[in-house]
Amino acid sequence: MDEQKLVCVKCRIPLAPGDVTLTYMGSNFPVKLPKCPRCGLVYIPEALATGKMQQVEAALEDK
Amino acid sequence: MDQKELREQEARCIQENAPGCTAGCPVHVDVRGIVNAVRKGDWAAGAAVFAKTVPFPGIIARICDQPCRQGCKRGEIGDPVAVSALELACVAGSDKPAPRVAALPAKDRRVAVAGAGLSGLTAALELARKGYRVVVFEAGDRPGGSILGIPASRLPRQAIEDDLAIFGQLPVEFRFGAAVGGPGMSLGALAESFDAVFVGVGSAEALCGLGAERGADGNAAIEPATLATGHPKIFAGGSLRRNRDSRSPVASIADGRIAAVSIDRLLQGASLSAGREKEGPYATSLYTNIAGIEPRAAVAAANPAAGYSAEEARLEAERCLLCECRECVKACEYLAHYGSYPRRYVREVYNNLSIVMGIHHANKMINTCALCGQCAALCPNSLDMGEVCLEARRLMVERGKMPPSVHDFALRDMAFSTGEAFALSRHQPGYSSSRFVFFPGCQQAASSPQPVRKMYEFLCGRLEGGVGLMLGCCGAPANWAGREELFRETLLATEKNWEDLGRPTVITACPTCYSMFHHNLPGVPVETLWTLLDRTGLPEGPAGLQAQKLAVHDSCTTRHEASLHRCVRNILSRLGHGAEELPHTRETTVCCGYGGLMLFADREVARKVVARRIGESPTDYLTYCAMCRDNFASQGKRAVYLLDLLFAAGGDDPAARPAPGYSDRRENRARLKRALRRDLWGETVTEPESGVELIIPADVRSVLEDRMILDGDVAQVIVHAETTGDKFEDTASGRFLACHRPSAVTYWVEYSPADGGFLVHNAYSHRIEILY
Repeated sequence: MDEQKLVCVKCRIPLAPGDVTLTYMGSNFPVKLPKCPRCGLVYIPEALATGKMQQVEAALEDK
Repeated sequence: MDQKELREQEARCIQENAPGCTAGCPVHVDVRGIVNAVRKGDWAAGAAVFAKTVPFPGIIARICDQPCRQGCKRGEIGDPVAVSALELACVAGSDKPAPRVAALPAKDRRVAVAGAGLSGLTAALELARKGYRVVVFEAGDRPGGSILGIPASRLPRQAIEDDLAIFGQLPVEFRFGAAVGGPGMSLGALAESFDAVFVGVGSAEALCGLGAERGADGNAAIEPATLATGHPKIFAGGSLRRNRDSRSPVASIADGRIAAVSIDRLLQGASLSAGREKEGPYATSLYTNIAGIEPRAAVAAANPAAGYSAEEARLEAERCLLCECRECVKACEYLAHYGSYPRRYVREVYNNLSIVMGIHHANKMINTCALCGQCAALCPNSLDMGEVCLEARRLMVERGKMPPSVHDFALRDMAFSTGEAFALSRHQPGYSSSRFVFFPGCQQAASSPQPVRKMYEFLCGRLEGGVGLMLGCCGAPANWAGREELFRETLLATEKNWEDLGRPTVITACPTCYSMFHHNLPGVPVETLWTLLDRTGLPEGPAGLQAQKLAVHDSCTTRHEASLHRCVRNILSRLGHGAEELPHTRETTVCCGYGGLMLFADREVARKVVARRIGESPTDYLTYCAMCRDNFASQGKRAVYLLDLLFAAGGDDPAARPAPGYSDRRENRARLKRALRRDLWGETVTEPESGVELIIPADVRSVLEDRMILDGDVAQVIVHAETTGDKFEDTASGRFLACHRPSAVTYWVEYSPADGGFLVHNAYSHRIEILY
């Protein structure tokens, strides 16, 4: 999906990079992710979920 | 696992034990090392390996009596490897100058050596290297002793000179024409003026003549492990310990070295005897399988006097089997995957459990084992990596160190089977008691629901006394995941249902259920469907499939159930089919790739396991577990599940049936339960609300399977998005994207409304949580 073309359906506005905190197994990571500037709905792209996020999950699980 | 258990398990793997040649050699020459060097044509490397344990390589390579050849596995099927000839090729082919001797700093202790034969020279050399001042007393006029009697054609004098030139670099004093026992040189006098004495005078009579104590047999009393005599400062060895016809140059060398170690220990005040069990020759416990090795005659040198040419040596070295065990590693794709062998793996598991801070590198290895027991069945010492890995998993769970993602999917599937949607326990319709109860197993019902139903109906008609039905899960996934508590709970629930049914005999279709009950519910009588059918007769149905040969894949969880193996083959034969045996069959069978939940821990390894198994024969496979069949089918192998085969009609092709996906496996179980309740027990069954209509194209379906995302997960995301409005829209395509996190996993679905339902375009998931 093209991030530039995504809009939040409720707010009808395009996404913009914003501060998000991700958490797993007791570790928190502040990251910049596309989200709705008004309601805060966060978008996790497929490549991030199946790539970097999966690596981080595996690394934390093996700690 | 504590240190003691670790050592016990490690010790059962004999892969690192010396091969027969090295163990049988009194000085433990690394023959495999020499062979490897010869194969590469690296003579200097071969000579260096040889010289590491043999002090006079030019002499020994020519006159060694080669006790190594007694232990050579090649010798069991023909000529043993010509070890000495290879050693000589290295010594002769190496043009490197003799290495410089690095002696330790000089000590002020003095040692006398009586006799300049091989044992005395070795003792003198070893002690001088350790820094002792050594005086060699020799009755003759030159060093060498009995080897001087060997014809020069066999042992050129130049070879002796070259090897003994090493003494020029060491503080060893030779006194020739000085016979111990002569005037003013009694053994007692030597022992008084030196700190220790080694006697290597060539004959036992001579030693006794010197006044050594005699043992019960009349010979001089010498302690074999240390070469100590009755006198605390005197040690003795070499040919004097042997009969004239069993003299051994290499044993003399070994004696010289053993005595040097003893004298060093004596002078350092250390124990003479501690930890010396493997200094001399011993029988190795290394197992090497030589089945299928073709005999090959030893290479004969074209010119025997000159020894092997480079090419001859290389050819002879090729005959060496480089003995090792690896029986389990050769058979198991999982064990082979990590490039080592159980002795190392056990240590890695132990280290992994011991880590307090840091990365647990062996987690994946521990969780990928099929726990199938093939290694134990093949291992000469029955080392079971499955036992080690399962114990490790239990400890990881106990300590909260089990990676949560590994078994999550499988345990949720198990919860589905033990939950309302599938679990059921009741008497045969019209009965109030049960003599038997059929427990088909969750995955048999998930894969093959119709034959499961037909089998239940058949058993009801065939067996007297009522056949109850229990649908559920035996708990194997919890067991394999190391979830002891959950496993026990599941077993107890089954046991409770069994008691409520009046303690009937349990008939399982699934080999794993059989194994779980048999080993964990000792009070519950259990039999497999297959042994029962073989005993009581098969269902009579329409003309079955045309007679064919099927390669039997035995289930790993019942590898020790010989009667089951026999009955399955009987059934096959009664159906008119032939049985082909795979290379690993019956008690040494291979896991299908599902056991131990390996598939969930490392899909790559599981795929390799399946690929190897299905590559073993082009014949269609026969399994008596539906899960095994589905694993093979999922990688394109034609395989028939025995239950399908029993009910197959002429035109059917049960080997071609695709493996159902994860969602279908659930749906099949739920539907079977509803159909049985409705049709057999005459209950009013409400079909589940249709919910969301999903349209899933084939390519998306395979993505969902690959990512282990169920239709139910997808439906939940869409329902959540449509009711809350929390979703994104791609303004270019008009598709929606939404996520939902029902418990530990966040699912994302890309979809668009279509035909009153939803067309699914993609789905993915992650476990990391968004905190916003």
